[in-house]
Amino acid sequence: MVDVRSGLGEALPPPEVEDVELYHPHSWWTRYVFSQDAKIIAIQYATTAIAIGMVALVLSWLMRLQLGFPDTFQLVDAEAYYQFITMHGMIMVIYLLTALFLGGFGNYLIPLMVGARDMVFPYANMLSYWIYLLAVLVLVASFFAPGGPTGAGWTLYPPQALLSGTPGGKDWGIILMLSSLIIFIIGFTMGGLNYVVTVLQGRARGMTLMRMPLTVWGIFTATVMALLAFPALFVACVMMLFDRLLGTSFFMPAIVEMGEQLPYGGGSPILFQHLFWFFGHPEVYIVALPAFGIVSDLISTHARKNIFGYRMMVWAIVIIGGLSFVVWAHHMYVSGMNPYFGFFFATTTLIIAVPTAIKVYNWVLTLWRGNIHLTLPMLFALAFIVTFVNGGLTGLFLGNVVVDVPLSDTMFVVAHFHMVMGVAPILVIFGAIYHWYPKITGRMLDETLGQIHFWITFIGAYGIFFPMHYLGLIGVPRRYYELGETAFVPDSVHTLNAFISIMALIVGAAQIVLLFNLVWSLRHGREAGGNPWRATTLEWQTPETPPPHGNWGKELPVVYRWAYDYSVPGAPEDFIPQNQPAPSRVSHEAAS
Amino acid sequence: MAVVVILVLLALGSVLFHVLSPWWWTPIASNWNYIDNTIIITFWITGIAFVAVVLFMAYCVFRFRHRPGNTADYEPENRRLESWLATGTTLGVAAMLAPGLFVWHQFITVPEGAAEVEVVGQQWLWNFRLPGADGKLGTTDARDVTPDNPLGLNRNDAASLDDVIVEAGELHLPVGKPVKVLLRSVDVLHDFYVPEFRAKMDMVPGMITYFWFTPTRTGTFEVLCAELCGVGHPQMRGTVVVDTEDDYRAWLAEQQTFSQLTASSDGDSTATAVAAATAQSEAP
Repeated sequence: MVDVRSGLGEALPPPEVEDVELYHPHSWWTRYVFSQDAKIIAIQYATTAIAIGMVALVLSWLMRLQLGFPDTFQLVDAEAYYQFITMHGMIMVIYLLTALFLGGFGNYLIPLMVGARDMVFPYANMLSYWIYLLAVLVLVASFFAPGGPTGAGWTLYPPQALLSGTPGGKDWGIILMLSSLIIFIIGFTMGGLNYVVTVLQGRARGMTLMRMPLTVWGIFTATVMALLAFPALFVACVMMLFDRLLGTSFFMPAIVEMGEQLPYGGGSPILFQHLFWFFGHPEVYIVALPAFGIVSDLISTHARKNIFGYRMMVWAIVIIGGLSFVVWAHHMYVSGMNPYFGFFFATTTLIIAVPTAIKVYNWVLTLWRGNIHLTLPMLFALAFIVTFVNGGLTGLFLGNVVVDVPLSDTMFVVAHFHMVMGVAPILVIFGAIYHWYPKITGRMLDETLGQIHFWITFIGAYGIFFPMHYLGLIGVPRRYYELGETAFVPDSVHTLNAFISIMALIVGAAQIVLLFNLVWSLRHGREAGGNPWRATTLEWQTPETPPPHGNWGKELPVVYRWAYDYSVPGAPEDFIPQNQPAPSRVSHEAAS
Repeated sequence: MAVVVILVLLALGSVLFHVLSPWWWTPIASNWNYIDNTIIITFWITGIAFVAVVLFMAYCVFRFRHRPGNTADYEPENRRLESWLATGTTLGVAAMLAPGLFVWHQFITVPEGAAEVEVVGQQWLWNFRLPGADGKLGTTDARDVTPDNPLGLNRNDAASLDDVIVEAGELHLPVGKPVKVLLRSVDVLHDFYVPEFRAKMDMVPGMITYFWFTPTRTGTFEVLCAELCGVGHPQMRGTVVVDTEDDYRAWLAEQQTFSQLTASSDGDSTATAVAAATAQSEAP
């Protein structure tokens, strides 16, 4: 057993590693546009992801107007509604959350937190961003293509996705969507290999794996998972493109569409679902694990206390990552697959609740006997715990196969996954932005604007998605453009739908406050200094803020301790940076 | 401090909402009250866990918020506490999973002698088929679908001929008799969903899926499609009527069999062809 807390023994002389291997930019173009600096690439990723995320936000407004006030606003027809629902889902899951957590935070934080000068393959890293941008542009192009974007739902289930009853099925929509996903995966793989190899090979001297901050553990594990899961989506997309363009029948059985026999036969729609969810379930944790890691560090730093049960937290991340590959068919309990699968997948799914619950306990136990500073990152972390626990617990309904039967495909599912992989990780993203913005820009974000943003977002989002579960319990199905006259649905449901829509408009509008804050504080924010939160991890110990290309100046940092030496008894301050030699030994040497 | 108040209000408010809000499931009309019971157990366990975590958090924020002179404890690990919590969670999870798997076993085990009924989905309506006097449903194939054979029955299968066909109409079922619902689609995925029955299952082109239930009260119930099937998805509605045995027999006697339908639609299509030919000859 390794004691993660103690120092290396004695202070090592720092290695003088000249940054000769880095490509240094020679012009404005190579410095800010075709940059090979992971930090610039991170900002490019984040800006693009937030920009396309705003599109998804506007789409959600339009959908909520339709659902809340079906007779008042005639903004969207059924076709547009299904196109918006599809694009909203795909953008949020892939192009925003995955890209922002891994491409954005991964690029910025991994090299800085492990004490490297940059990613190990800077050129591939640069390509990764530009290919991601291409994927986004192809996706956006489908809005302008004949027939518009696909309306197949973000799950793109065939045969429906390829037929004329679905918007974009026989036009460009589905082709552009599948192409965009394929491009995204190619770009992600270049970035993902970088993150993994950098964590494994690029760590500073003394930075053992069990001394890494949980942020790095979360992003690292998520990236390994993504590298294993995305290929399943990749082949599914390629095969579906073949079905659409070349007339193959991978996923297409004999079909009669509107009375007309189609030249397909022998394929399996369920095969697509297996491939999709073999990617799709790990994807949930690809988004969740970076959030788990980041929120652990936010809580620890702002509660001035070490994360409780660090080793258990690391193992929980790894175990959740592993288990998430054997639970995929819990998305398919009512798909018509062999019902005996239900026993296996319900059991694995509920087992995953145990390591997940341990993470929650350890977050709240970190608060216990802490010294809790109610900063914006801490507030967002608290809000994350509330929404994540809520969304995680409703997962125990849907994971328990027989309970899923009445709830599946209802608004309960929509409420569940928005709470657990929409609201909760996005709250972490916000917390992380307020936490690391000072390092990225050298200035603090405005506190008052941040408070306004926090309270509206947290209370509003909970107000949207908590009551939504009960719509599903009544039996209101998801993906209904309009509910119309339905015998079992009481009138009060329409009132609730209107309430949810109004909350959604308000919460969406509150995000403008954040965007304004991000731009305004760039110039007018309070000067932050190098380590405004008095944090222990390496990114706060850089010689300059914002860190220049190469991060560390002449000498790479040497790591002597784990990332969580907060409020160590006897220490002069309530934090000891990771690159500071052990105080006991220093004082011991001084005494002798 | 505001955050402490909000956290407490949020935990208690969620419980009050659960108890007081008018939104609760529709009264059940099938034998699956086991499913409802499992949901109740799950609500209790998860509700207690949620309130406990949020209130504990609120307490921590209140008690250990930063004030001048406060310092945090230094306690990296507590093996005993961690294993207690892990054990407790495992027990809670098992308490939900065990009844869940028990009921799932019932859900997928169709009782002997359950009557078979077939539901066929297409964009965007429901068709139904019941076995005729021979008690057997004939074989089908999507390749056999034609305008006068919309369900794709196999004309060469003797069992098909007396099958009762209900095109885009109501399905009637006798109360108190277990029924195995066979599900089929000729175009895209659909899902046969009657909220009052609590059961649902996707319909997949190229295969036959099923679920079973026993209707426990008479009445008229709305069928919804629960799997996105194109732009007409929300309009894909149908009706199931649960009858007393007598009413059911009376209804069944009025329905047409496959052979009757084929005969009459042959007549229809001949008439249509004649009319079309006449119209054409009259055109200049």
